Formats: sequence, C-alpha cells, structure tokens
Amino acid sequence: MTSLFLHADINNCYASIFRIFMPHLNGKPLAVLSNNDGSIIARSQEAKDLGIIMGQPLFEAKPIIDKYGVKVLSSNYPLFHDMSTRFHHTLGTFSPNQEIYSIDEGFLDLGNFYNTDLNQYGCTIKKTVWQWLGLPICVGIAPTKTLAKLANRIAKKSTKAKGVLVLNTEAHIKAALNIIDVGDVWGIGRQYANKLRKFGVLTAWDLANVTDSFAKKELTIVGLRIVKELRGEACADLEIEPPAKKGICTSRSFGHPVTTLDLMQEAVATYMTRSAYKLRRQKSRCAQLSVFFETNPFNPNEPQYNNCKTIKLPVPTNSTLELVSYALLALKAIYRDGYKYKKAGVYLDDIRPATAMQGNIFDTIDRGKHLDLMLAMDKLTGKMGSGVIKLASEGTDKSWKMKQDYGTKCYTTRMEDILVVR
Amino acid sequence: MILPDKQASLKNISDFILLGYEEETLLPLFGSYVKAGFPSPAEDYAEERISLLKFLSGNPTATFYVMLEGDSMIDFNLFEGDLLVIDRALEARSGDIILANLDNEFTVKMLEITENGARLVPGNSKYAPITVTKDLEILVWGVVRGIARRFRK
Repeated sequence: MTSLFLHADINNCYASIFRIFMPHLNGKPLAVLSNNDGSIIARSQEAKDLGIIMGQPLFEAKPIIDKYGVKVLSSNYPLFHDMSTRFHHTLGTFSPNQEIYSIDEGFLDLGNFYNTDLNQYGCTIKKTVWQWLGLPICVGIAPTKTLAKLANRIAKKSTKAKGVLVLNTEAHIKAALNIIDVGDVWGIGRQYANKLRKFGVLTAWDLANVTDSFAKKELTIVGLRIVKELRGEACADLEIEPPAKKGICTSRSFGHPVTTLDLMQEAVATYMTRSAYKLRRQKSRCAQLSVFFETNPFNPNEPQYNNCKTIKLPVPTNSTLELVSYALLALKAIYRDGYKYKKAGVYLDDIRPATAMQGNIFDTIDRGKHLDLMLAMDKLTGKMGSGVIKLASEGTDKSWKMKQDYGTKCYTTRMEDILVVR
Repeated sequence: MILPDKQASLKNISDFILLGYEEETLLPLFGSYVKAGFPSPAEDYAEERISLLKFLSGNPTATFYVMLEGDSMIDFNLFEGDLLVIDRALEARSGDIILANLDNEFTVKMLEITENGARLVPGNSKYAPITVTKDLEILVWGVVRGIARRFRK
C-alpha cells in the first residue's frame, strides 16, 4: 500500500455550530430546520436519541418537540458557511493536498506519512479543530478515500476509538469491513444495496471479495472502483478543484404564496442573480436558461398551474443583466394571473468555459462593459455580502422571501450581530 | 438567435430583436482592454498595506470578535463597547484576559492560576472573583489577544 488518505467531518454540524455561540444549548436537544422552516435537516445527538428523524416535517415532529422541550432553530447559512470555511482552513494547515468535499467534510492526502504515528496525528487534528473552532469532529485514516470515510464512520460510533480510527493493516481493514453493512459503503445507494443482498453480499467485506467481472456487470465501472477501493487499491485522487457544474439551479419555496407578476419578477430576478454569480464563480457561461414555477400541489382545492419556459441564448453569457432580462421575458410568456404560486426557480444549462466563446455578428451587447460591471458587483458581494448590490428588478418587497421564524444571528459575518458579553 | 420553445411563443421576443437592430451593432472585444500610459516605476516594489487585523490577531482562522458590556473589567482598562479580539488558538496562561464559559454562560475575566488552583478575577472590586471548583464547570472559550476601541464613530 502506498497511498494514504484522511477523512474528517464535523459531528452534527449545524447543531454544533450553533452551540459555539449559544452555550446554553449544550447538552440540550436541538433541531435545525430547512429553508422555509419546512422540515428538520440537522439534529443534535440528544434530539436524535429522542427519535426525531432526519428530513421529518416540522409539524410531524411537533409532539416530540413540545413534550421534551426540543430547541428548534432556522438554518443560518451565513454562519454555517463561515464556520465551514474555518474548518477547511484548519484542515488545510495539516496538508496542502486537500479536498473540500462538502460543507462539513474534507479529505487530506497524507501521501508519505507512513513513518508518523497516524493515530496521534489524527488526534492532533481533532484537538486543533476543537480548540480553534469549538467544533467536534471525527477522523478516519486509510489507504483509500472509501476506506477513510468508512474508518470515520466507525470512529463516530465506537466509544473505544474516541473519534479517530486508523485502518492501515490488512487485519484491521478486514475487521472493519466485516461490521459495515453493504448499504453503508460510500457510493452504494439503496437500490444497489438491495440488489447486492440478493446475491448474498451483505457486508463491506463481502463486497470487497466479489470478482471484478461481477462488480462491473452488476454495479458498472463506478461500482468496480468502489470494490477496488475497499480492497485498499486507491482509484480516486483528491478533487482539489471541484469540477464545474453542468447545470446550475436556484429555486426556493416562497414564505407566503405569490399572486402578482411584480413579486414573481422580483423572485425570479433574485434567483437568476444568484445563479449568474455561481456561474461566474466557476468561470463559465451558459447558452440556455429555464424559468419554472408551481402552485402548491398539497392544496388540491385551489387551482393548479405549473409551467416551465426554456430560452436558448444568442451568445453564451454570464452577465447578470442579460440573464435577468431573458429570464423575465421567459417568465412573462408563461405567467398567468389568478393562481397562488408556491415555488419558482431558474435553471442554467448548456454550460461552457468562459474562455472559449464564439461571437455572433448580430450581437449588440458591449461584453467588455458587462464584464467590468460584473467584476465590480462580484467584488462588492464578496466583500459585503449578498444583496449589497443588486438590480432594480430584484425589488425591495421580498415578501416572498424565505420563512425564518427561529432565526439566529450571524455572529461571525455581521458587526451588528456579534456576541455581547459581560 | 432566440428560439422560443415549441408551444408558447414569446410575444416580446420580436420587439427585443428589433430593439437590438435599431442600435448600432458592435462586435464585442471579449472584455479585453489595453493599458495606456507609462508603467509605474513603483510597481515592482508593491507591498501589502498595514492591516489592523494582522496586528491584533495571530491566527485569523481561530479569531472571533465579541463586544464587551458592563463595568466588570474597568480596572484592566476594558470598557463597555470595546471590541475584544479573541484568538482561540492561544493556550490560556495565568494573567490572560479570557472569555470563559461559566455554567454555559459567557463571561470575560482575568485568569489567575496559582498553587491553590485557578480563579476568574474581575477587574472591578464591586464583583467577587470566582474560584474554579469541581462543581462549577468553567471552559476557556478563548484568550483575548487584543482590543479595538473607537473614539469617534
């Protein structure tokens, strides 16, 4: 074995972040809600123990919440984002070869750390994140990414591991694979897991021991890669630069139903502004956009109307000005009065790199000027937060905006929100 | 060209294209521009500007800000409205001003460690020091590395 990967992730991420700034929540059951306060998307250990389920709608969990006094909070993405950035920075101080896998997970390539006491090293990382940020994490170290993630999974559950587990001998790896259900292997979804069980493949160890041809036939080439990774053969390197997205979607349910074109335009313009920003961030342009909306299908007594409009753009672009004006054209073409709209969104696709661009002789847009303006807008947004500069069409009403009844402060990104202490 | 999808036709699309033709058709320069004039003789000597953040915090990743309220720290020259710069990467030593988590509430005090144990000492004789005991949970949230104070807003 020559490769070595470390996987680290934050325990009960959102709940743990809130507790840093609200210590009175320590030891208490805590549930964090999705956008619009619809359902529960994160739970503290205490809330998990009470039987609150991931993804459960708030109203359904209400009896347990009331009975046990579970604290409920709306999502606070500015705070989550900042703490997540700090978490990844902290990990990055341990190895320059780092993959930011998600908001609360990351990989490090430890390459030739074989002469180090790996358990000690994992403990140091865990201790550092705890001291610097107050976030509890678990660490898994193993010869492949798949095994490292699996080691982390065991580290979280096992009291003996104390949050850090190294799997770097064949005996240890075998013992670990034997206690992991095949459905809990990274990349094996529910359908594949069911299929594998029918073949008698029940554990990760069983999966590691299928033949290559079986894996390829039943699980495709991607599955074969997972099998090899379980055997300790690294097939996946770190993705240091995330691959550019092929489609960018921004859609939200409204806090209150939207019934006028004006408000719908505000929402669509705002979502498009957000998508265009993402598009520029990944240095792409798009050649096609769609606008869609729907009424609430759970209110069958009210008239229903859903529609989607797609427009091909004459010249691929990432200019907010252009994209918003096309999006509003598309919206106007399909919008009808007399409905209570629940949700709208925009979708960008046919995405290409911003560098290669074919012009169009009928192009009437001063693309240099647009580019300068967008650069200035993005700079301001990066410096002062989203919404600080916007198009007039995004509006100021925003009554359609996200519902956040259990809001908290942005302790680390807004001066007016910092903690006041005595 | 704009291709409306199969069914719904875009009424305004024709207006839109017509509008385009009325204006002068320009070929875009793909955002490139040429710098004119003389290059600055100082350009090769550019240095980063002095940063208050760098001065006040050793480790930005582990640095947090809180605002002080009340009069419990006045003997240490810490006043209401002071912005405390907290560097969680620092190990707390005796004599440090710290933000502590005392029974799950925040408090700013001076940490004093002697052979007899540890105390949290306020900077105002109106208040009594708090002795760390087994029954009283005290966690160091972070060490105050410096402060920022404004005389004018």
